[in-house]
Amino acid sequence: MSVLAWIVATPLLGAVLIALARRPFTRDLTLLLIALATLAQVLPLISPVLAGERPAVTLATVMPGIDITLSVEPLGLIFALVASILWVVASLYAIGYVRANALPAPKRFHACFALAIGAALGVALADNLFTLFLFYETLTLTTYPLVTHGGSPEAVRAGRVYLGILLSTSIGLFLLGIVWVFSLTGRLDFVPGGLLNGVIEGPALAVLLGLFVFGIGKAALMPVHRWLPAAMVAPAPVSALLHAVAVVKAGVFTVLKVIVYTFGPDLLANTPAAHWLMYVAGFSVIAASLIAWRQDNLKARLAYSTISQLAYIVLGASLFVPAALTGAAVHLVAHAFAKITLFFAAGAITTATGMTRVSQMNGLGRRLPWTMAFFSIAALSMIGVPPTAGFVSKWLLLGGAFDAQAWVAVGVLILSTVLNAAYFLPIVHAAWFRPPSADPPDDDSHEAHGAHAHGAVSRTGEAPFLLLLAMGLSTLGVGALFVWPDLPVALARSLP
Amino acid sequence: MTLLAHLPPLQMVLPLMAGPVCLLLGRPRLCAVWALAVAGACLAIALTLLGQILDTGVISYHVGGWEPPWGIELRLDALSGLMLSLVSAIAVVVLLYAPASVRHEIPADRQGLFYTLFLLNLAGLLGMCTTGDAFNLFVFLEISSLSTYTLVSLGRGRSALRAAYVYLVLGTVGATFYVIGLGLLYMITGTLNMVDLAQHLVNADNPRTLLVGAGFVVVGLSIKLALFPLHKWLPGAYTHAPSVVSAFMAATGTKVALYVLLRLAFTVLAPSFSALHLPHPVTVEGMALILGLTGMISASVSAFLQTDLKRMLAYSSVAQIGLMVAGAALLTPTSVTGSLVHLINHAVLKATVFLALGGVLMRLGSVRLEDLAGAGRRLPLTMGAFLLGALSLVGIPGTAGFIGKWTLLLAALEQDRWGVAVLIGAGSLLTLAYVWRVVEVAWLRPAPAQAARVPEIPLSMLVPLGVVGVANLVFGVYTAPTLGLARAASTALLGGATP
Amino acid sequence: MTWETAGGLYNYWIFILLMMIGFYTVIARGNLIKKLVGLNIFQTSVFMLYISMGVVDGGTAPILSDRFTVYTNPLPSVLILTAIVVGIATTALGLALVVRIREAYGTIEEDELLALDHEDFPAGRTSAGDTP
Repeated sequence: MSVLAWIVATPLLGAVLIALARRPFTRDLTLLLIALATLAQVLPLISPVLAGERPAVTLATVMPGIDITLSVEPLGLIFALVASILWVVASLYAIGYVRANALPAPKRFHACFALAIGAALGVALADNLFTLFLFYETLTLTTYPLVTHGGSPEAVRAGRVYLGILLSTSIGLFLLGIVWVFSLTGRLDFVPGGLLNGVIEGPALAVLLGLFVFGIGKAALMPVHRWLPAAMVAPAPVSALLHAVAVVKAGVFTVLKVIVYTFGPDLLANTPAAHWLMYVAGFSVIAASLIAWRQDNLKARLAYSTISQLAYIVLGASLFVPAALTGAAVHLVAHAFAKITLFFAAGAITTATGMTRVSQMNGLGRRLPWTMAFFSIAALSMIGVPPTAGFVSKWLLLGGAFDAQAWVAVGVLILSTVLNAAYFLPIVHAAWFRPPSADPPDDDSHEAHGAHAHGAVSRTGEAPFLLLLAMGLSTLGVGALFVWPDLPVALARSLP
Repeated sequence: MTLLAHLPPLQMVLPLMAGPVCLLLGRPRLCAVWALAVAGACLAIALTLLGQILDTGVISYHVGGWEPPWGIELRLDALSGLMLSLVSAIAVVVLLYAPASVRHEIPADRQGLFYTLFLLNLAGLLGMCTTGDAFNLFVFLEISSLSTYTLVSLGRGRSALRAAYVYLVLGTVGATFYVIGLGLLYMITGTLNMVDLAQHLVNADNPRTLLVGAGFVVVGLSIKLALFPLHKWLPGAYTHAPSVVSAFMAATGTKVALYVLLRLAFTVLAPSFSALHLPHPVTVEGMALILGLTGMISASVSAFLQTDLKRMLAYSSVAQIGLMVAGAALLTPTSVTGSLVHLINHAVLKATVFLALGGVLMRLGSVRLEDLAGAGRRLPLTMGAFLLGALSLVGIPGTAGFIGKWTLLLAALEQDRWGVAVLIGAGSLLTLAYVWRVVEVAWLRPAPAQAARVPEIPLSMLVPLGVVGVANLVFGVYTAPTLGLARAASTALLGGATP
Repeated sequence: MTWETAGGLYNYWIFILLMMIGFYTVIARGNLIKKLVGLNIFQTSVFMLYISMGVVDGGTAPILSDRFTVYTNPLPSVLILTAIVVGIATTALGLALVVRIREAYGTIEEDELLALDHEDFPAGRTSAGDTP
């Protein structure tokens, strides 16, 4: 079997091994080793891809013209790298979190986590739309048990929204779009320059673009974003996985991939009817930011922030110029590192103190100095302040917007930066500069309840070490991407 | 002549003769082994015939040496070969599963009868797929129907008797409609051989009789295949029949009726369709399309409202039959291929879910939604197989159910039939809605506190269940046997007779 | 169509009349036995259709003999022999089911059966309540 197949197979194999593990220690060690093994297989792909090689392997031919094929190209490698690097970090965090909160059914949890990563890597390495769709749906189904892991009625409801929106968009719109492409061209592979170039034009193209953009519900472009806030009932590592690593990134990655390889930026740039996407994405950026501003629940605020940040990436893609596409691809990386840190921090805060709401976080910096330090750095990255990764990608996006002379996009980027600051800085300010408030933390969230019930966590000290280690590593990534942005930028620039 | 040349009649004569032997054998265990051996032999014959057909083309066998159109002709093309293999394969799987389940659901003194009837039913179904004579078809139709009525009545509880009675009345009405229609067609042409009938109908100058005859035939068969709105018998029959019978009926009974409808519509009636003077916007295929799609949507909604899972799946069958009819009504090679491949895959997936429910009924004593809380943890393997079948039913990529839906969507878009494409998508989503209720209850709701631990179902049930369950995944990726055959069959069906 | 041709086709009128009587009985009667009787009439009408269809004016039964040159088409009669067998089997099975239903429910009236089934399955829509 080729390396590519192994990359996807390793987490799947890992899931089996985790399910078979008898002792908690073996289980956790297996998880870490599998994550590292996956990363070790992805890393060697960098230099051949930069050198222009595009290794591929066909696993099966399902129907004539429809294969299950894996291949690697710059965009897919970016996503695969993000997913496999952050998986290592997330495993550390998940191990710590599961132990600290005495989460029920840890084996199922870790196994499904591994399956989800495998599916995300499948999406990253898919060589055609069918393969991509296959793994996309697998990802939805394997993350469902994670979202509903708590088993409480609200978790079941959230799972229903999650699955309902993701599957109805993918079956109702995405699949229709794929079949349409196939009926037009008789193939589904990703072609540099665009498969549909010269096949379809005008309003029909705009409709097809709509089928894809809204059909890829994981990209959470408004109005198909509802699943993301609903899914925040899930345990913190899952939220981190959903928001930063696998699910939403699989969504925007698919959007980018479709725009770059199926439509082709040139075709879309020359079709005025397709320019609606920029306005929809711009609206999504602003509206989600405004909603985030109004949220008191920390995870809800982060969820809406994700929706807004994902729309950045779609916005970058919707400008249809190479510079903006580069910006979008780099933002995918930058947002992943920063957002995973934020969610880690949110989970750590709940684990350590039982707090879930922003209004409770006054003076938290003194109780949890490390956690809040990581949180603050990641928040600055979300706003786009140097020296963080967010600055680099926002800079590139702005450059792309100027390049495309899309003044609306420039305006949106500037306005949303202000809004980002408006909803992140108060948290940072309150945590560091306000005195701790007297009112006790509420227990309305399921997680806080779990932490109480098991009494495994002390309410005074910092978060457990593994959580801090994971946060530290991802924060390091946020900084490193500012100092050495060369690799993602080089990969993104080598897009056709 | 060698034995090989006589395989076509042997195909249905074997189970027909072997059936009553079960009554002589007496002991249920012996009967089970005997029935399985016969079904296995049928499968071997079917596969041999299929190989011959794919090698050399249509096989025509003249019963008793009488030349058609006077004698009865057995006529096998790729589509018949496909159906024969499918029906016998499902029969083998179901009979492997049957002994343990039958022991549990049917009183000991009637178990021998069960195997007799099962083989007779098999003979009827295989006969319908082999014969090239329209009246002979009626005879086989009634052999399979009569045995099915009886099989349904073997179900637990008195409701099974009523369901069987309802099915008997409606089934007989359907069969009689078919005979009336056939009589009218015979009146115009003087022949009953399908190929001959088609040729004579083209030259017939009596369009009104043709119209009425065709109408009776199609309506009669539509009852048999439970096409909306003539599906009322099906939910009761599937719900109250023994689990094994539900599985076999759902996987093969309606499928064969659909085969017959397609065979008659495309081979016999299609060449003379132009002679049917219907008022302008009305077309035969248009009506079939509307009925199929309406059936798909309305039956899916009904399925969503059910709390008895067997009944839910029964409505789901009505919906999927609607989809297949609608697909065939688009009248393109792709759409007919899609219909046929969905027919195969749906047989596999419905066998999976019904067999899984048989296991649930055995261990938990009920297949009502509210009694299934925690079933996913209590019977992980059985419910795992159910989940596979359910995902396949929804049409998740990588499962067998996806292949048919994909092909049908493609066929709809090739003709720019956006409405049809959207409805197919909507049907999938409704399927998701009713299937997912089960998933939520079985896996996310905890088992009741007083629930005893139950063992998994016996290995003799688990293995065939696993085979069909995994087949859902295999046929989702490896489609050469399903899609390839469906394509050959659709070519055979449309060959020269594209209206 | 003139009265003459309409009258000349009287066998078909009888067929249609019988068919409608039978079909109506199946639908309208609530007694399971009466339904079966209706079903029988319905089937018999088809026998009429086939047999009268094959009759040749002035023809006799198809017997091989030098004395007769005109005889009725034998094929429909043969077909109907088969159909009669099927009909008998159906009726026998139907009656057997009615006997069993009577044993199990104590009635063979459809509305009472429905009510009893609703008692078995209080949820209502999960009963066997699909009437033909």
